[in-house]
Amino acid sequence: MKGWEAFRVALDALRGNRVRSLLTMLGIIIGIAAVIVVVSIGSGARQQIESQVEGLGSNLILVVPGKFDTNNLGNNAAATSTMQIKDGQVLADVVGDPRAVTARVTTGAQVRAGTREQFTTVQGADQNLPEVLTRPVADGQYFTSVDVDSRRRVAVLGAQAAKNLFPGLDPVGRQVTVNGTRFEVIGVLAEQGESFGVSLDNEIHIPITTAQRLFSLDRVDAFAVKAPSSSQVPRLSEELWRAMKAQYPDQTFSAVTQTQILGVIGQILSLLTAVLASIAGISLLVGGVGVSNIMLVSVRERTREIGLRKALGARQRDVLVQFLVEAVLLTSVGGVIGILIGVAVSVGVNELSPLPAVIEWWSPVVAFVVSAAVGIFFGVFPARRAGRLDPVVALRTE
Amino acid sequence: MTHETTRPVQPTPHDAAGHRAPAAAIEAVDVTRSYRFGDTTVDALRGVSFTVAEGEYAAIIGPSGSGKSTLMHLLGCLDRPTSGLLRVGGRAVAELSDPELADLRNREIGFVFQAFQLLPRSSALDNVGLPLLYRGVKAPERKERAAVALESVNLGHRLTHRPTQMSGGEQQRVAIARALVGEPRILLADEPTGNLDSRNGAEVMRILEELNSERGVAVVLVTHDDEVAGRARRQVRVRDGLVEHDSALGAVGEA
Repeated sequence: MKGWEAFRVALDALRGNRVRSLLTMLGIIIGIAAVIVVVSIGSGARQQIESQVEGLGSNLILVVPGKFDTNNLGNNAAATSTMQIKDGQVLADVVGDPRAVTARVTTGAQVRAGTREQFTTVQGADQNLPEVLTRPVADGQYFTSVDVDSRRRVAVLGAQAAKNLFPGLDPVGRQVTVNGTRFEVIGVLAEQGESFGVSLDNEIHIPITTAQRLFSLDRVDAFAVKAPSSSQVPRLSEELWRAMKAQYPDQTFSAVTQTQILGVIGQILSLLTAVLASIAGISLLVGGVGVSNIMLVSVRERTREIGLRKALGARQRDVLVQFLVEAVLLTSVGGVIGILIGVAVSVGVNELSPLPAVIEWWSPVVAFVVSAAVGIFFGVFPARRAGRLDPVVALRTE
Repeated sequence: MTHETTRPVQPTPHDAAGHRAPAAAIEAVDVTRSYRFGDTTVDALRGVSFTVAEGEYAAIIGPSGSGKSTLMHLLGCLDRPTSGLLRVGGRAVAELSDPELADLRNREIGFVFQAFQLLPRSSALDNVGLPLLYRGVKAPERKERAAVALESVNLGHRLTHRPTQMSGGEQQRVAIARALVGEPRILLADEPTGNLDSRNGAEVMRILEELNSERGVAVVLVTHDDEVAGRARRQVRVRDGLVEHDSALGAVGEA
C-alpha cells in the first residue's frame, strides 16, 4: 500500500469519527498553541530588552561596585558602593574625554506638584547624562555643570512623570516638591516608551550633588562611560576597571559592557522561555498519551476490520502503516490547528497586552515537526498491536 | 445431522470444470492443527487429507466444533497447520513467511463470509477494490475493475452505495464481487447463505455456481446445512477433527 493510499484510508477513518478525532486532537492543539505563545512572548521580551539596552547608548560601559557575575546576578546587588563623584575624573582621564562620563545615584521619593503627588524614581545625575545615555531633552533644557557644582534645586522630568504631575500643562518653569524640598522644573526628557507595561519615563532627574544632600547619601551608584568607538570597548573596560581598583584596592568593581548585559539577559530569558515552554510541552505530552489511548480503543473497535483487511491480503506492515498514518494525521492536523491558534494568540497578545510577542519563523516549523513526531512516537505502540493481530482471532470477534 | 445426501447433484456446472486439467488448487496431506490453552492442548484437526482440484466445486460439511472452521482458516491461509502438508495454489503454507502468506491470500483466495464483513463506511466500489489495494493496483484501475466485478453480480446500479444502504442479499453480492475482483483460483465461502432469507440465499448460491462453471474458479463451501452442501458436486464431511466421509473418494476412481 502506497503512502497516498494509506493517507486516504486514514483520512476516511478520522472523518468517520469526527467528534472523537477533534477531541483527541485537542490535547495536541492546546500543547502546540501554548508552546508557540510562550516562545513568541519569550522572543518578544528578549528583542524588547535588547533594543532597550542598545538604546542606552552605543559603546556604553557601566562601572559598578561589586562583581558582575554572569552566573549570579544577585551578587552585585548586595555590594555597597564606595565610589565618589570625584572618581568620575579618574575615569574621564582614562577615556580622555570629561564629557564621556556620567555619575548616577538612584533612589525614590514622594514628588508633589500642587495637589498632585506620586512616588517616583529620583535619578541624581550630572550634565553629561543626556549625551552618554542618549536621553535627549524634549522641552526646556538639562542641567549644566554649574547646576551640579552649586547643588541647585532644579529638576528635569521624565515624559510620564511630566504628564502625571502636570496634566495638560507645560511643566517648564513650574515647581515640584521632592521629599519636602522645592525644585524648579527646567526641562522634560523625550519619551522612552515602556517595558512590559511599566513606563520608563516615570522619573525625575536632579543634580547628583543635590540628591546626595537631599537624601543624605555620599555614594555614587554607578558611572556610565561612553567609549569613542565599539572597538575600544574591551580595552577601555579593562582600563576603567584597573583605574577604579587603584583608587579602592580593597573593593571589588566591575566594568560591565553592553555585550555582557545582553548576554546575561539573553541567558535569563532563554532559560525562562525554556522552562515555560517545557511546562507547555507537558500538555503536548499529555495530548500524545491521549492519542495513544484513543488509537488503542480504535484498534480494539476495529479488530474485525483489521482481520478482514488481513484476510484480503493486507500484510502486518500495511496495517501498521495505516494506523500509524492515522495517528500522525491526528497529531499533525492538531499541530497545524494549534499553530494557527498560537500565532493568532501571539499576535493578539502583542497588540492588546503590554507583553511583547514576536513569532520567530522557526517556531511553527519546529511545532509542526514535533506534533508529527508525537504522532509517530505515540502511534507506534497501538499500530504495532493492530499489525500483529491474528486474522483468525480478529475475524471471529463480534 | 446425517451424512446422507438426498438432493440430486446438479450436473451442468460441473461438466465444464470436469474437463479441466486435474491440477490441485488445494492439497492437504495429514494436516493437523492444535491449540494450546495453558497446559491443555486442543486438537482441532487430527490429520485431514483431501485435494481440491482446479475448478472444482466442493462443500465441507460438519457440525459446529467439528473442526471445519479451523480447516477453513487453514485453507484460507489465515493460519498454518501444526503438522502435515498443506499446499494452496501450489505453495506449501507452512514454509511461507507472514508477508508471503498475505500475498498468497491476496492472489489465490477470495473470501465470502457469513456476516459479509464489509467496511460499513466505504462505498461498494471501495469495498470491492480492497484486495486490489493490497496488491498495489492504482485507484483508477481499482475502481474500474471493482465496477466490472459489481456488474457481474448485478449490482452495477449500486456502485456508490454503502453497505448500510443495502439489503443483506445485496451486501453478500458485494462481498462476492470483492472475492472475485482479484481473479483468485479459489473461492472460500463460509456459510454464505447463513444470514440470508431463502430467496437471497438461492440467488447467492446461483452466483457462486455460475462463477464456478463460467470462470472455472474452484469453490469451497463451508457449511453445516446439508441442503446447501447438497448443491455441490462433492461433499467432504468433517467430524471431530477428521474427514468422516468424502464423496469424491468413491467418484475419483469412476472418472
